[in-house]
Amino acid sequence: MAILEAINPALTAGWHQPDAWHMDRDSGWRLKDYEARGGYQALKKVFTDKLSQDQVIAEVKASVLRGRGGAGFPTGLKWSFMPKGAPEKYIVCNTDEGEPGTFKDRDLMRLDPHAVIEGMIIAAFAVGAVRGYNYIHGEIYELYQRFEEALAEARAAGYLGNNILGSGFDFDLFAHQGYGAYICGEESALLESIEGKKGQPRFKPPFPAQVGLYGKPTTINNTETFASIPYILRQGGQAFLDLGKANNGGTKLFSVSGHVNKPGNYEVPMGTPFAKLLEMCGGMRGGRKLKAVIPGGSSAPVLPGHIMMDCTLDYDSIAKAGSMLGSGAVIVMDETVCMVKSLERLSWFYYEESCGQCTPCREGTGWLYKLIHRIEHGQGRPEDLDLLDDVAKKIMGRTICALGDAAALPVISFVKHFRSEFEYHIEHKQCLVPPDVQKAGSTFHTRLMAGATC
Amino acid sequence: MLSEATLKNIDREVAKYPADQKQSAVMAALHFAQAEKGWLSRDLIGYVAQYLGMPEMAAYEVATFYNMYDLKPVGKYKITVCTNLPCALSGGVHAADYVKQKLGIDFNETTPDGKFTLKEGECMGACGDAPVMLVNNVHMRSFMTPEEIDKLIAECK
Ligand SMILES: Cc1cc2nc3c(=O)[nH]c(=O)nc-3n(C[C@H](O)[C@H](O)[C@H](O)COP(=O)(O)O)c2cc1C
Ligand code: SF4
Ligand code: FES
Repeated sequence: MAILEAINPALTAGWHQPDAWHMDRDSGWRLKDYEARGGYQALKKVFTDKLSQDQVIAEVKASVLRGRGGAGFPTGLKWSFMPKGAPEKYIVCNTDEGEPGTFKDRDLMRLDPHAVIEGMIIAAFAVGAVRGYNYIHGEIYELYQRFEEALAEARAAGYLGNNILGSGFDFDLFAHQGYGAYICGEESALLESIEGKKGQPRFKPPFPAQVGLYGKPTTINNTETFASIPYILRQGGQAFLDLGKANNGGTKLFSVSGHVNKPGNYEVPMGTPFAKLLEMCGGMRGGRKLKAVIPGGSSAPVLPGHIMMDCTLDYDSIAKAGSMLGSGAVIVMDETVCMVKSLERLSWFYYEESCGQCTPCREGTGWLYKLIHRIEHGQGRPEDLDLLDDVAKKIMGRTICALGDAAALPVISFVKHFRSEFEYHIEHKQCLVPPDVQKAGSTFHTRLMAGATC
Repeated sequence: MLSEATLKNIDREVAKYPADQKQSAVMAALHFAQAEKGWLSRDLIGYVAQYLGMPEMAAYEVATFYNMYDLKPVGKYKITVCTNLPCALSGGVHAADYVKQKLGIDFNETTPDGKFTLKEGECMGACGDAPVMLVNNVHMRSFMTPEEIDKLIAECK
C-alpha cells in the first residue's frame, strides 16, 4: 500500500489518498479538483493584488523556502539572480527524480500536477520568463502523459498562453521527456538534454541565470520547490516559514524506503525529530534494530542509527551530524544489512551513471567499484581501505559537477562508520552479518554475485 | 520509414520548442521511432536525424547516451527490474531472481521465442513501491510480489 501521511500539510492538503498504484484509480488531480481545494487562487492573487515581480520574490524569500532538489539553495535568492529586461528567459522544472531513494516528485506529479504548474507560472511571472519546460524522468512516462493532460486543462482555462487571466502576462509551458540518465538531474546536464544533446554537465560559472537553456537566462527548480509556491503566495511567506523552523522554512516531503513497516511519502514540518518520522512509518520492519540511515538520497553520507535517532529533519541538524538533508530521501537499514554489499551496489550505480567527461570521476568511480567489489568477494587486501579513502578524496572537488562528490561521499562515510565490517570482510573473507540473519532481512541474499562472501 | 501516426507524434513534439531548435525533439522522436519499430537501427536513427534536420552523429550520440534506447532488437516485452539499494532492501533483487527463474533468462537476455527481454534498471523514482518493474519503457508496475509477477507474465500475450 502506498502511504501518504502528513503533519501540518502545506503540500498534500486535500490530496486524494491513493490506496495502491493504479493510474486509473487515482483521482483528485484534475483541474476541477485542484480548484476546489483552493488551486490557482495564489496566481489570481498575484494578479488582482497587482503584485510586482519584486514583491513575489520578496514573499518567497520571506518563506525561507530552500530548494528541494538536493542542494537546499534559497529559492527566492535564486530567482533574484535573473537579469531584468532580457527578452527571452526560461523557467525549467527538474522532475528527473533519479536519486536512489527519492520518490516524492512522482507522487506530486501523480496527485497534484496543477500545483507544479501553478508554481511554475508564478515563478515565470516573478523572473519574467516567457516559456517553461518540465523535464520528466523517463521511467514515469504515464505521468508525463498525465502532465500533458493537465497542461491542456490549464491552457483551456486561460492559466497558460497569452494574456493569462487578462493580466497581460504571456507564458506557456511544455513537458520534456527524459530517457534514462541519472546525470540529467544535474541542472546543466538537464539543459543540454532539453537542447537535444547528450546530458553532459556544463562548466559553472556561468550559472543558468546568466547562460541557461538555448544560452538564455534560465531559472531551474525542483518539482517540490515549485509545488510549495502556491501556499507561500496564498498564505504568506511568514506562514510557510512558521510551519518549519528558522532557516528551514515550511514542511517537506520525506520519501522513506527500506526496512520500515510502511515505506512511503510523509509530509512533516522541517525540524521534526527523525524518531517521530520512524514512528509514522510504523517503526522498523519485523521489530528489528535500526543500524544505519542514509538521510538525503544515496549521495548523502550514511549515518549510524543511534546518531540519526538524535537528529531532527532539517538542513542544519543533519549537516551537523555529518550528512545532508539532500532530496529528503530517507533510506532505512536494519541490522540484517551487510554494509559492504550495500556500498558495492551504490558504487556500481555511480560508475554506471558517470557521464565520463572528467577523468577523476570516470576513472575514479570505476576504481571505487572494483575495490569494493573485491572486498565483498573475499579478495580484499589490508591496504584497500586506505586506498578507497584515497581514491574517493582524489575525486572530491576535482570534477565539473557534483556527481563526483556524490560517488565519493558514500564511500568515505560507509568506511568511516562501519570500518570493522570492511576489515572483517578483508580478514575473514566473509561477512560479519551471518547469512541467515541477512536472509531474514530480505535483502540481497540471492544476488547473482557469483563468489560473493555472503 | 515511419508511419503517419508516429510522424504526427514527432511533429507535436517539435512544436513545443522554438522554431530554430528542432533538435530538442530528438529524444521524444527516438522514443516514438523505437515504440513503432521495436528498436533503433542505425538507419532508423539516421532517418530521425534527417527528419529533424540535425547531423546523424548527433542523434546517434543521444541514442547511445540514454539507457532506455535499445540499439539491438529486444523481445516483444522488455521488463526492467530496479535493483538499486532502496529497492533491494525491500525485495528488488528477489523479484529479479524470480523473473529470471520463471523465464529462464538472465539480465540482458531474450527468451528463445523472442517474447521477453530482461534488463536490470536503476532507481525509477518509485522506491516506496518496491519491487518495481517497467514494461516496454512505459508501464510501471509496483509491489511486484511473485503473484504479481505471475500475473504480469500471463498478461503478456
Ligand atoms: C548528479 C546530480 C543529480 C541530481 N539530480 C536531481 C534530481 O533528480 N532532481 C532535482 O531536482 N535536482 C537534482 N540535482 C540538483 C540540481 O542540479 C539542482 O540543484 C536542482 O534541480 C535545483 O532546484 P532546487 O533549487 O529547487 O533544489 C542533481 C544534482 C546532481 C549533481
Ligand atoms: S563529475 Fe562525473 S558526471 Fe559530473 S561532469 Fe564530471 S564525469 Fe560527468
Ligand atoms: S531504488 Fe528502485 S525505484 Fe528507487
